[in-house]
Amino acid sequence: MRAIIGSAALALAMAPAWAQESQFADYQKRTAEASPVELFELIGEDLWKKKQGPNNVSLERCDLGKGPGVLKGAHAALPRYFKDTDRVMDTETRILHCMMTLQGRSREEALKRPFGDASQPSEMEYLSAYVAGHSRGFKMTPGTKHPKEKAAYELGKKLFTVRTGLWDFSCTSCHGTEGKRIRMSELPVLSDPKAARPLMATWPAYRVSNSTFKTMQWRINNCYRQMRTPEPVWGSETVNAMNMFLTVTAQGATYRGPGTKR
Amino acid sequence: MAGPMKMRATLSGGNTDVRVLMSHPMATEQQTKGKPHFIQNLTVKVNGKTVIEGEISQAVSRNPVFSFRLKGGAKGDKIEVSWLDNKGDTNKTETAVA
Repeated sequence: MRAIIGSAALALAMAPAWAQESQFADYQKRTAEASPVELFELIGEDLWKKKQGPNNVSLERCDLGKGPGVLKGAHAALPRYFKDTDRVMDTETRILHCMMTLQGRSREEALKRPFGDASQPSEMEYLSAYVAGHSRGFKMTPGTKHPKEKAAYELGKKLFTVRTGLWDFSCTSCHGTEGKRIRMSELPVLSDPKAARPLMATWPAYRVSNSTFKTMQWRINNCYRQMRTPEPVWGSETVNAMNMFLTVTAQGATYRGPGTKR
Repeated sequence: MAGPMKMRATLSGGNTDVRVLMSHPMATEQQTKGKPHFIQNLTVKVNGKTVIEGEISQAVSRNPVFSFRLKGGAKGDKIEVSWLDNKGDTNKTETAVA
């Protein structure tokens, strides 16, 4: 509720520096308690079961790595290598694959509106909430054995430190040093498992400040946008490699999402 | 058209804790330049008997979450929460206390 969040923000602004961490944790706990994230899962379920596309079928037979139609724990075991496409895919990339193969939709049509807004969230956002919700309580175990999984991890690791764009930024410009923050958001050192675990365990997530549901694709795209580089192509090798690097760094964490962010 | 609602009602220490999520734009006067759209009335019923009647305003955020603690209660009690907004739209959800 707005009133509660408003007062929490005010309290934070006035808090002395030493109290920042516990205040921030308290704020996160409170927003999570009032999170409407389950509503996104409910609408996502309807969309998952809705027959659509040229083939007029639902996504219920989608194989997210655990077999056709198996949702339990699927998100927590991604990204991984898929034999049928001969590439590494994360949850959203795999959902897109199912839209194209099962439902017969074109990539253009399925991705017409990948990122929604508060008034109208996107189909992909609802679907990723629904799929991720089935992994609550599962240990995060992304693929690490196949050569392509190893290659994706290495590529992501490299991309994490590559300086690029107008401002000559890399991911490590913000996420490479302990103790940094932007306004009231702490900037975790994402190459450190200690910081990556709680974070990756709560994406995708509902964002309280603008009432929208955000996916990992959006997070990575928006980081690149903030770095003033061209945004990567949706579901591309770059995004999947980055997601692979972050998820492998966080592996072993218990998935708790979809989460709630500032 | 009204989006989904979700509710949980659980017994704890002799009380019933109710938590309900509702989809609603909750658009304010300022955001809509004079055409606000928000939930006005909230009603909680236990086994058909009204126990809470709330009036809320545009100051409440989009997709609001409400939680109530009701005295007493028993497993299987029917809790019904309904809302009515300023445009006359309405929605309700029902659950049994677990």
